[in-house]
Amino acid sequence: MKAAEFDYARAASVEEVCRLLDSANGDGKIIAGGQTLVPLMVMRLTRPSLLIDVNHIETLKGIMIDSDAVVIRACTRQYDALNDVALAKALPLLAKGLAMVGHPQTRNRGTVGGSLANSDPAAEICLLARVLDAEITAVSSQGSRVIADKNFALGAMTTALSSEECLTEVRFPIWQIAGRIGTAFDEMSIRRSDFALVSAACQVALDQSGVCRRAVVGIGGAEPSPLRVDAMEQRLVGTKLEATDLAAAADLLRDAIDPITDNHASADYRRRVARELSLRVMTVARDEALAARN
Amino acid sequence: MSEHDITLKVNGRTYRGKASARMTLVDFLRDELRLTGTHTGCEHGVCGACSIIFEGQAIRSCLMFAVQADGASITTVEGLAEPGTLSVLQDCFWETHALQCGFCTPGMLIASQTLLDKNRLPTDEEIREAISGNLCRCTGYKQIVDAVKLAAQRLSGLNAPVKSDG
Ligand code: FES
Ligand code: FES
Repeated sequence: MKAAEFDYARAASVEEVCRLLDSANGDGKIIAGGQTLVPLMVMRLTRPSLLIDVNHIETLKGIMIDSDAVVIRACTRQYDALNDVALAKALPLLAKGLAMVGHPQTRNRGTVGGSLANSDPAAEICLLARVLDAEITAVSSQGSRVIADKNFALGAMTTALSSEECLTEVRFPIWQIAGRIGTAFDEMSIRRSDFALVSAACQVALDQSGVCRRAVVGIGGAEPSPLRVDAMEQRLVGTKLEATDLAAAADLLRDAIDPITDNHASADYRRRVARELSLRVMTVARDEALAARN
Repeated sequence: MSEHDITLKVNGRTYRGKASARMTLVDFLRDELRLTGTHTGCEHGVCGACSIIFEGQAIRSCLMFAVQADGASITTVEGLAEPGTLSVLQDCFWETHALQCGFCTPGMLIASQTLLDKNRLPTDEEIREAISGNLCRCTGYKQIVDAVKLAAQRLSGLNAPVKSDG
């Protein structure tokens, strides 16, 4: 399997990336880690005429953390994000999800922004962005804009980015809420580290008396893009997250989800796995919050 | 389609060559530099046979274009030991029968060597995680985990090689 012919340019700055994208008449593609893009290219599912390499742009690398958010620049390697101790402390869910991304070889090369920009249905980082309500910054020669994650993924491998835009950073907000926070991430795949058939992420905040004040639950891999079910999250808020509450919320998910079927798993199987995984992550997140000290 | 002059360091030696933009790094290593120790299996990032050490980290060389590696330092399986000798890890693969057809072996060696470089006594769990990106159709993996464990212990002086009768 070999990629179709293309021209290659190594960009030195984001401005140069934008210029090159403009010059390609909608047919340019940015390559960062290449862990999603190169397989698509060699299978000829995409055949850009110009490949723009952003791996040498230092301003696209780095992680910034303050009390409000974790900001990860687009070309930061997944390995570097995963091994950032301050990141794991600020947003434990992010670290738990990153640990499940691909294999060591793919995390060493793959980037946080690249995973988002490609929007593979099974990508853990897309699910994390969805549950944490990430904000994605995109830059073009016309200026820059911030896209809320809920408006970002438009379907499998399709995003709100235009062909002239370069994703530059993603901001993961930290919950500003008094109380104890618990998180969990889990997934089911055929082989260890392989694509998730279904993944699940959960973050909850409990007050002093153990009542849930805020809850998010997301499911990846099952639908063309990560899914959250409002009714399910609302069912949790105000309860003590007893087993019956979690089961009722999981039932709401099961009824709302509309999974894909492929060679590996039927829609019905994915629906059952999604329900079960959601129960597991809600339980673990609750227990973690209960065990947390203020 | 753009053509590029490429200079890169492989196993300590500087190589120069030409590659069209679409040539992958694994094809460049094998076909241009004739370093055929690195294997190509799936060519789309699934099997791990093409693993190399790029700037100190294990990566899949089928998921990078050669032109992207211009200026980089690489170690391939040929660089794990002096020609004609085996590294401790390679010797342990031999000892525990960690290969049958050998197709996955270069990738397995690269993945486990980079593990041992940063973790002197990895647990079974850590070894399995380190080689999780590498498929083997022959061994069932157990002997490979055994080999890496044996090598870790040997590198820490906890065992000695068995003598071959050759
Ligand atoms: S040949 Fe590179 S992962 Fe299979
Ligand atoms: S020894 Fe044959 S594939 Fe691993």
